[in-house]
Amino acid sequence: MAEGLIAGLVVFVLASFVGFEVINKVPPTLHTPLMSGSNAISGIAVIGALLVSGAHEWNVTVILGLIAVILATINVVGGFLVTDRMLQMFKKKEVKA
Amino acid sequence: MTDFVPAGIQLSYLVAASLFILGLKELGSPATARRGNVLAAIGMFIAIVATLLDQQVLNYEMILVGIAIGSLLGTVMAQKVEMTAMPQMVGLLNGLGGGASTLVAMAEFWRLLGSSEPIAIDSTITMVLSVLIGGITLTGSLLAFAKLQELIGGSPIVFPLQRFLSFALVIVFLIGSVYLVMQPKDLTVFLGLTGISLMLGVLFVIPIGGADMPVVISLLNSFSGLAASAAGFVLMNNMLIISGALVGASGIILTQIMCKAMNRSLTNVLFSAFSKAKTKAGARASVDQTEKTVKSIDPEEGAMMLGYARSVVIIPGYGMAVAQAQHAVRELADQLERLGVDVKYAIHPVAGRMPGHMNVLLAEANVPYPQLHDMDDINPEFERTDVALVIGANDVVNPAARHDTGSPIYGMPILEVDKAQHTIVIKRGMSKGFAGVENELFYKDKTMMLFGSARDVVTELVSQVKQL
Repeated sequence: MAEGLIAGLVVFVLASFVGFEVINKVPPTLHTPLMSGSNAISGIAVIGALLVSGAHEWNVTVILGLIAVILATINVVGGFLVTDRMLQMFKKKEVKA
Repeated sequence: MTDFVPAGIQLSYLVAASLFILGLKELGSPATARRGNVLAAIGMFIAIVATLLDQQVLNYEMILVGIAIGSLLGTVMAQKVEMTAMPQMVGLLNGLGGGASTLVAMAEFWRLLGSSEPIAIDSTITMVLSVLIGGITLTGSLLAFAKLQELIGGSPIVFPLQRFLSFALVIVFLIGSVYLVMQPKDLTVFLGLTGISLMLGVLFVIPIGGADMPVVISLLNSFSGLAASAAGFVLMNNMLIISGALVGASGIILTQIMCKAMNRSLTNVLFSAFSKAKTKAGARASVDQTEKTVKSIDPEEGAMMLGYARSVVIIPGYGMAVAQAQHAVRELADQLERLGVDVKYAIHPVAGRMPGHMNVLLAEANVPYPQLHDMDDINPEFERTDVALVIGANDVVNPAARHDTGSPIYGMPILEVDKAQHTIVIKRGMSKGFAGVENELFYKDKTMMLFGSARDVVTELVSQVKQL
């Protein structure tokens, strides 16, 4: 089990470095869309929720998991849609400018 | 056949994670941002579909109902929300993500509790960590939402022994965690730890004032990512770990940018309210002693000053957002340009309640991008500016930040509007800014106050300027 934990840590640290490199220079105009877009990505917890709520019989695990599915789906769908709504406005402005 | 499914799922995760990275990269440039968001959404779709093929998932009906409910609510929220309310929206979504991660860890704990096998030490550690980060994100975000939505007061709330209480809770949490590692199947202790995490989230945000909200929102954004990562450790799922790490990194970067814009360290932002309480009392006393007067004008005079100026710099703030005045502001700028006035916008990095808040609003009103100027670009120009028009901004133009060491905002870089020939401040009343600080700009000789809601006043200004 400890090996799994370390493998996970390796993935986590490397992914963090990728994140820092990819995002390091963002113009102020895009701060809000970046935040709401990355926020939608953090809704990836939906996958964990799907995995724990999959059992057939009803029990506490499934109920907690299903609530998590709902919350995370709101996070994902709301986040991506609202980001798109914002970015749409930026696009319009570019055409005009 | 069944052997291929797990491999297929892992490969789909790889594709999804790559799409997230590409999407975030494209979100960094205005030209590609929209496509980047779509790429990330496709990645999410792939990840969800792949997960549904997992053998652990048997109960499709309820899951699909859950997804349908979530999608419906998410769509309605995204369509209905005003651009001005975007900070609350992001805060709320952060909280939901954190809440979901906490619930995943709790659900996994319950599953292990019911099984006959013992709970391994590293499972306990990851579950406790996940509940901690997720819980803080959940209640911290909900409280930030409540402050931004003005359900509760926005000024820092400090009560006696607050710091002591936080420390005590952290200590109890640590002791409880150690106990749980030794007695992993103790449900009461686990629930106690969950409760403490939720309380810590409240204690973390409650002493932080509204002007510091951009920092808090960015930090909570980072936390929501870390919470997802922690849930990934609980389930040993790389997809969650990678995505959470990406979001965590992006949130940290934004937090750093915001702190730099206020010339303060993160610890200073998070903990200064405690020491602030004392110095503020002294500062307030000195203000009250000298009766100061403000000069108030009406929109007609304001319109004359603006219309006959050569250069005008508009400084939008949270007040413009609250009054939804961005379209009226754009119209005023159009009218002034028609008269040959040079109009620019000065955007403070922490204006509003969220990184990039003003940029989004002005983009909604179709203000051309080149007219927006960063603080460093515009500050040297104020000396040559005829009129600085402050619309609902307060703390980011307070000259006290330069010289008053007793002021809570001392040291914060500001837009130096007091150096302009004249300053017009549009404001609802003489109330203090979100940071709860008196603004000496309003009492200066060169400053004129236009009282009223930003939208009403600016609309009135537009019609007056039209008659010039």
